[in-house]
Amino acid sequence: MKIVLLCILLALPAGVSFAAEDSELDALKKQMLQMQQQMQQMQDKIQQLEAQKTAPLPAASTPALVPAVAWSPSQPITVARSGNAYMNLSLDAMGNFGWSTAENGEIRTGHHAPLERGFSLRSVELALDGAVDPYFKGATMLALALGPDGETVLELEEAYAQTTSLPWNLQVKAGQFYAAFGRQNAQHAHEWAFVDQPLVLNRLFGGDGLRNPGAQLSWLTPTPFYSEVMLGIFNGIGETAASFRNEESGDIHGGEPVDRRLRGPQDLLFVPRYACSFELNDTQTLVLGASGAFGPNNSGQHASTQIYGVDTYWKWRPVNAQQGFPFVSWQTEAVLRRYGAAARTTPDDPPGSAIALPGETLTDWGFYSQVLYGFRLGWVAGLRGEFVSGNSGAFDAESRLDRIRVSPNLTWYPTEYSKLRLQYNYDHREVFGNDHSVWLQLEFMLGAHAAHKF
Amino acid sequence: MKRILSVVVAVLGGLLFAQISEAKLNVVATTPDLASMAQAIGGDRIAVTCIGKPAEDPHYIQAKPGYIVALNRADVLVLVGLELEIGWLPALLDQTRNSKIRLGASGYVDASVGISPLELPTEPVTRMMGDVHPYGNPHYLLDPERGKTAARNIAAGLKRAAPAEAAAFDEGLAKVLTQIDAALADAQKLLTPFRGAKIVTYHRSFPYFADRYGLEVVNTIEPKPGIPPSPAHVTAVSDQIKQAGVKVILQEQWHERRTSDLIAKRTGAQVVVVPVQTGGDPATKDYPATIKLIAEKVAVALK
Repeated sequence: MKIVLLCILLALPAGVSFAAEDSELDALKKQMLQMQQQMQQMQDKIQQLEAQKTAPLPAASTPALVPAVAWSPSQPITVARSGNAYMNLSLDAMGNFGWSTAENGEIRTGHHAPLERGFSLRSVELALDGAVDPYFKGATMLALALGPDGETVLELEEAYAQTTSLPWNLQVKAGQFYAAFGRQNAQHAHEWAFVDQPLVLNRLFGGDGLRNPGAQLSWLTPTPFYSEVMLGIFNGIGETAASFRNEESGDIHGGEPVDRRLRGPQDLLFVPRYACSFELNDTQTLVLGASGAFGPNNSGQHASTQIYGVDTYWKWRPVNAQQGFPFVSWQTEAVLRRYGAAARTTPDDPPGSAIALPGETLTDWGFYSQVLYGFRLGWVAGLRGEFVSGNSGAFDAESRLDRIRVSPNLTWYPTEYSKLRLQYNYDHREVFGNDHSVWLQLEFMLGAHAAHKF
Repeated sequence: MKRILSVVVAVLGGLLFAQISEAKLNVVATTPDLASMAQAIGGDRIAVTCIGKPAEDPHYIQAKPGYIVALNRADVLVLVGLELEIGWLPALLDQTRNSKIRLGASGYVDASVGISPLELPTEPVTRMMGDVHPYGNPHYLLDPERGKTAARNIAAGLKRAAPAEAAAFDEGLAKVLTQIDAALADAQKLLTPFRGAKIVTYHRSFPYFADRYGLEVVNTIEPKPGIPPSPAHVTAVSDQIKQAGVKVILQEQWHERRTSDLIAKRTGAQVVVVPVQTGGDPATKDYPATIKLIAEKVAVALK
């Protein structure tokens, strides 16, 4: 029996028919049938593929290759393009036309805010960014603006490097950059949802926000939700550190600012921040943050300022949104400043008019809250309400009076590279009364568009 | 004593299990199709997190901070590529502090490598053209053959991240490829009767699909990619549909239906909302099932 089986096995490949028991013959027949079926299937498949090949259809399967054409003078020169270049290059310009019951320079908040009356071009931003090497990313933003008298102002907004591959979830950023305080401070003017800076940020951080040369260390904590701790350290000098060593600080405390140098690390400006985020469900996200800014001010040689802020951001967007619409977002920031004004004297101008002011703590606080509703593709309606206030000090600073502002606006984005915005401001200032302003803003963007942050 | 012992065993077992689950390869995929393929290839050796939802437009995903956490812990990132994710992924990657998945690192798996893209621009791209992708149309996963290339890329990425599991991943890949082949054969069978049929699509998302099954896209409802339709364009498309005898308008789940419905009413064409990504329909639990369901929906409409 064994020998017979062996013989069958040996004989099978040669296809020799072999007289054997019925059951074995059946098995063989079955096998042959299966093979035949397989052959038929393969033939069918080949026919099918052949049919596809010969079908009279646009054969798009072979992609057209980009032809290497010699450059001609009529062709645009491509300097950089996203993804494949050493550097992304983009230019963003915002022009405005407006009218107000207030004169130019009276009620504007922020260097990039439109002038009250007439045409204004307050922000033309050139942004360059890219990977420096495997260890750093670099970015520079230069902002140009036309002043009220037609003069061109150039600002170095930001120029920094950021690490990409430090261990232990750390990241370092160094150079000149916007401090991570709250949500809006670190945003550039074209990212704002309104044409002007919120009152409270303008009052406590100045017309250009809080930015200075410095460095920041941040740590992504090992939690199941997003949670990040940041500590920024800055020089804290100049008009972009308005509440600190700022030559114009007399506007706050009324005294003659002192010349205050860096004597030691304690004279630097420290900006800690904690932020966390929760996805409430597939459509709603919440981001919470708390920030501080602690540093010396120049009302006296030993005076200092503390600023505390909290911020919340909530956004709803359905999963099947078309190009990000519809959506509803709600953003609120509240900030408190304790400005430790040293005993000081007012400027001696005219001579003999100087008065001594006592050492005191000037407390200012304020908040803004804004709701945006992207009600249909490309259209966003916004409403912002704001309030700022300060305690009374020995000097009646105009910059510390109560102020309420309500700003509805409507923005149309034809694409994500351009926008048209109409905004009305109702502005109530203590002592000065009410003002009404209307602006129309046009923005366009050229070049590589940076990916959207949340 | 017995009770204490059982508690100890349970705790140790729990710890051991935690260890094992930690030892799993963390894979983050940008879209549900890629997540489905990765899961099928990696099986229980990997833990897959998917960023995009089935009914979410992968061009316009929000860079939510929560995704930073997932990417921070990822060993492998699988993306569609061809700049589909350009609007949001770079912003996340800058903050992930994870060198394993940075561009060029071995854990950065661009699934589009080697797919031979369609609609490669032949002239310099400007934004006059709308959102044209300079590296070609990124909607290649609607062609199962190119989907197989993506699966191979994913398997290669998984093997680079965990060489010890190579055999298992190869086995997983072979299974996935067989499933895709079977789904493709079914889809071909369904759509072969309609070869040469003309269709209109909302966005330029279906060139690979049309190419594979021998359909012809005569126009899109968007005049240019990402640009909303104007009344004049709607009229032009309607006229074209009538002249060419177009029977179906295909669109993805994230496009408004108003315009398509209006055109359908004017022309008698049928609007088909296609769940193009895995999970977009309760029946599409994986990528092969998705291929089949899309073909079924289109075939039914073309009848």
